[in-house]
Amino acid sequence: MNAASRVQTWIDERLNLDEALSPLREKTVPVHRYSSWYFLGGLTLFLFLVQLFTGVLLLLYYHASAGEAFESVQNITNRVQFGWLIRSLHSWSANLMVFCAFAHMFSVALARAYRKPRELTWISGVILLFLVLGFGFSGYLLPWNTRAYFATKVGTEVAGQVPVVGRAIMIFMRGGEDVSGATLTRFFGLHVAVLPALAIGMLISHLLLVQKFGTSVPVSVEKEWDENPERRKEMRFFPNFFLRELIGWYIALAVLVVLAVFFPWELGTKADPFSPAPPGIKPEWYFLAQFQTLKLLPAHILHLDGELLGILGFGLGGALWLGLPFIEVFAGARRVRWVKIGILFVLIYLAGMSVVGYVAR
Amino acid sequence: MVTRALPGECPFDKSNATGMPRRTALRFLLGTVVGSLATLLYPVLRYLVPPAESGLGVGEALAARIDELKPNSGKTFRFGSRPALLVRLASGEYRSTSAVCTHLGCTVQYRPETAQIWCACHNGCYDLNGRNVSGPPPRALDTYEVNVRGQEIYVIRKQAA
Repeated sequence: MNAASRVQTWIDERLNLDEALSPLREKTVPVHRYSSWYFLGGLTLFLFLVQLFTGVLLLLYYHASAGEAFESVQNITNRVQFGWLIRSLHSWSANLMVFCAFAHMFSVALARAYRKPRELTWISGVILLFLVLGFGFSGYLLPWNTRAYFATKVGTEVAGQVPVVGRAIMIFMRGGEDVSGATLTRFFGLHVAVLPALAIGMLISHLLLVQKFGTSVPVSVEKEWDENPERRKEMRFFPNFFLRELIGWYIALAVLVVLAVFFPWELGTKADPFSPAPPGIKPEWYFLAQFQTLKLLPAHILHLDGELLGILGFGLGGALWLGLPFIEVFAGARRVRWVKIGILFVLIYLAGMSVVGYVAR
Repeated sequence: MVTRALPGECPFDKSNATGMPRRTALRFLLGTVVGSLATLLYPVLRYLVPPAESGLGVGEALAARIDELKPNSGKTFRFGSRPALLVRLASGEYRSTSAVCTHLGCTVQYRPETAQIWCACHNGCYDLNGRNVSGPPPRALDTYEVNVRGQEIYVIRKQAA
């Protein structure tokens, strides 16, 4: 017996890893024409791991205070060896992660993978998406540049519009009446401690649920397989699917490095609370749809504040989205088509509004 | 050799498809992957090394104003990014040394009652020329030149001879 297998036996005798890992060996992944969509969840996970790794590295040199934050990021990009690369990787990976999370979610929604028994998997996934957006929102204040400052001002102001509790929420988020150094400290704590703890917990639940219920097969494929059972095809998760996933991760890493090296993330200018917002200022692309909607809404709709209506609309939309599996049950089998059209509408609306927001001056 | 394909695997014997033995192909791929990951590790390792502090190289600093120090007293001040010590002897003469103890890096102080430079952490003593005279310090303190210009006392790092 060589040393490696003796260590393995030693560990196995104590922890019984062999038995604990056996479900993973049994796990299979369905093979059909939509199988490539299964890679998106794993890809999001990979980018999240990149975020954890580069985030910890950035913490080595970052200072979380209004007086020093911008200078410390400047120090990272200009003086620390390869600091520009680490920061650029963190920013690019964040954006790719948001993109993959959205793509994963819409692929799941359109395949209606949230059907019984996977309702909880869906809910944990949507919560993860909200957490990812929270990471984005809290993260881009941290360099304390002009864009970050005004995006945070607008973002927290939006929260302040919520009836009854809005003002309290806004003051809690800002750590005072205005966006200041206190806001930066709060967002920093949120970004590096609270959100990672919540996200890792939710991620573990999500993965356990995926493991428990297995991979969902789209309805159309399931129907074909029920009619012709001999066409049912599966692939072992380990090592067959896992190795394919690793190839995906490797390609993602290559894309990420190319983007980070050839399009390094800009730092912009230091935030000045007493200078006016620069013209054409916009939030990150993943908040553009909401931003543009609020911009387009008239000041008053039926005696109600237009902006308030927009914010309530987004809140309601988010809640409905979370409850999508139950809406489908409520709608009944005959109206499932409408649920699908609704999902498509949400996708087209968000994508369209983002494009309009991007082009608009 | 014909092997039964695992579910989801290509049923062809892949070694015949390209003419390259499967083992060679796998080794090549593994080498590429490990090599490229190692390349990425290099910037990370370099990133961990902090950049040289610009403050260290400061050649000159304002230590005190002339009316600040009584005879037989001392003052620590900031010299670049490190503390330094300015002592006014009983004779009125000025001396300046580094304030970083050569033993374990505590900040030293001037002790008027013994007219010595003393480190409180491990009871190390230096004379007024910075020489280690008792206790654990292994080396003398760096000494600096003192230059009085008008009302201000400047301390200058000595040029290496």
